[in-house]
Amino acid sequence: MTTATALDTHRAAVLAGLSRGWIETRQSFTETAKVIVEAFFSLIYIAVLLMLRRKTMPGTDFSLAATVLPGLLCMSIIFGGIVGPSVSITAEREDGTLLRAKATPNGMLGYLVGKIVMVALSTLLKFVVILVAGIMLVNDVIVDARACLLLTLIFVVGMVATVPIGVALGSVMKSSLQAGLVPLTCGLLVIASGLFFPITVLPTWLQSFVQAFPVYWVGLGARSAMLPAQMVAAEIGGSWRMVEMFAVLGVWAAIGLVLAPVLLRRMARRQSGSAVAEVRARIRSKGY
Amino acid sequence: MSSETPAIALDVRGLRMRYGARDVLTGVTFTMKRGEVLALLGPNGAGKTTTIEILEGFLMRSAGNVSVLGIDPAQGNEAWRARIGVVLQSWRDHRFWRVRELLTYLARFYAPFATAEVARPWDVDELIDVVGLSKSANAKIMTLSSGERRRLDVAIGIVGRPEMVFFDEPTAGFDPHARRDFQDLIHRLSDFDNTTILMTTHDLDEAEKIADRILVLDEGRIVADGSADQLASEFTTAAEVRWTSSGRRHVHAARGGDATSFVRDLLIQNDDVTDLEVRRASLEETYMTIVQRAESAQSRGGIPNGAAAKISDVRA
Ligand SMILES: Nc1ncnc2c1ncn2[C@@H]1O[C@H](COP(=O)(O)OP(=O)(O)OP(=O)(O)O)[C@@H](O)[C@H]1O
Ligand SMILES: [Mg+2]
Repeated sequence: MTTATALDTHRAAVLAGLSRGWIETRQSFTETAKVIVEAFFSLIYIAVLLMLRRKTMPGTDFSLAATVLPGLLCMSIIFGGIVGPSVSITAEREDGTLLRAKATPNGMLGYLVGKIVMVALSTLLKFVVILVAGIMLVNDVIVDARACLLLTLIFVVGMVATVPIGVALGSVMKSSLQAGLVPLTCGLLVIASGLFFPITVLPTWLQSFVQAFPVYWVGLGARSAMLPAQMVAAEIGGSWRMVEMFAVLGVWAAIGLVLAPVLLRRMARRQSGSAVAEVRARIRSKGY
Repeated sequence: MSSETPAIALDVRGLRMRYGARDVLTGVTFTMKRGEVLALLGPNGAGKTTTIEILEGFLMRSAGNVSVLGIDPAQGNEAWRARIGVVLQSWRDHRFWRVRELLTYLARFYAPFATAEVARPWDVDELIDVVGLSKSANAKIMTLSSGERRRLDVAIGIVGRPEMVFFDEPTAGFDPHARRDFQDLIHRLSDFDNTTILMTTHDLDEAEKIADRILVLDEGRIVADGSADQLASEFTTAAEVRWTSSGRRHVHAARGGDATSFVRDLLIQNDDVTDLEVRRASLEETYMTIVQRAESAQSRGGIPNGAAAKISDVRA
């Protein structure tokens, strides 16, 4: 008689999760419904770059599109990392995917690995598409070794700081309707975080408020990578504040990595066929 | 190795479940032997799904003792989970996946739980064939018909070669052919793999064909427990005897459910008897009698059945 060690069973679940992530990423290119959702934002972002292509910042001859590009890259990370997992986890709780995972030995581990892989791959793809479109369409952005290294670092740190938060939010949201608050909140933060205009024009209390969230720092990081050095003058304290950036994102990553497994496990514990059926009855009678 | 395969697969004592102020299960007690096939019957809302979900470890019970394969489902770990198969009353997950894709994915989790006795998981293509989904193996799950979807649910439930399977209305939406296939599958699982099977169904004919034992749940407690034959002789008083003699058709309800002595006398006394027919009460008739009796007893103030009596012991 052979007994399964925890290592064997976890390895099997992680490998299965990797295949799950790949299958679901592939689906986002083959399912019309998913392709439309995935392509929608990228197309809007590219349209924005096209429209701003010939515009310059007021009073300078610096390209307006160049200042917007880092903001768009930041948005792709934030929406991919926070909104992606939170909305899909809520939806998959309602359709019983999570219950299926719960019925499978180490199925939640496989599910989580699959989700991370899927979110990382599809966000990376959107990030690269915007970046390449930006480099082709926009003058005045810097694309050298330092920029590439920094962007890679910011993408990775940005994902690690946001995906666990997205998973945690997806676990606490009670319904798809509630989960709709996540993109709304992220949208408001994006507006207030100075991605598309100098943050220093905002009241100081709002500046301090948004500096508590990852959006501002991922945006700052993207600007520090791609904009010429003199642009730092428009930033708070006239500095790119790299150390602070990695510190704040690190704190968010730590918070998320602690909270996400706890909240996900608590949510999974509550899953049952009756709970799924109840949600379905609610959707049938109320429409959401 | 008797220590690894104890004779009792499932043991439920005084199981109670309460939602808010409403008691849904009021003391359910039964056991199942290894390899046994048990059908849980009962009217809508009787508590069948609730019972099964507690045994699967998905719902937390309010009171009572439960052991599934020797482990309390509320504390079941992943190794226990690997020995359990689950088919819920309805699923709609993984719409965008393909049949073989999903089965292959789920099968991977079970491989490390294989033992010398149990080869895990089931070979996916063989399993697809066994449940009759070969033609749809590459179909997207959302395009399956409801019966095909149900076959997939059954396949997923057994892909890990579980020692104990819970089926909640597995054959809902099956055509007659699929029903027959399902019966064969159940026999194969219990006879060859010694799998213990607990299923609910509203198809009494199916219960009679598949199950070694039938349990009737009504208003949160068990009101009958036995084979279809035992239930018929215990709960119905009459077997019906019909015959033709002197050109006339006769009908007689034999008391006690045993028509043998009546028929013996009949044949000795009349030598022109033709078209003799003896019909024992069908499971459907028995079931109706059981449920009616339980409900009238309930409205008279309730009879303390065995299970209810044990509950008061547990709580005392
Ligand atoms: N989450 C819940 N909250 C409150 N009541 C519930 C809940 N889940 C089930 N019930 C109630 O418990 C009772 C038993 O339900 P259950 O689903 O176990 O019945 P069932 O025997 O499976 O019925 P069916 O044959 O219709 O499947 C029902 O009256 C139902 O309304
Ligand atoms: Mg039910």
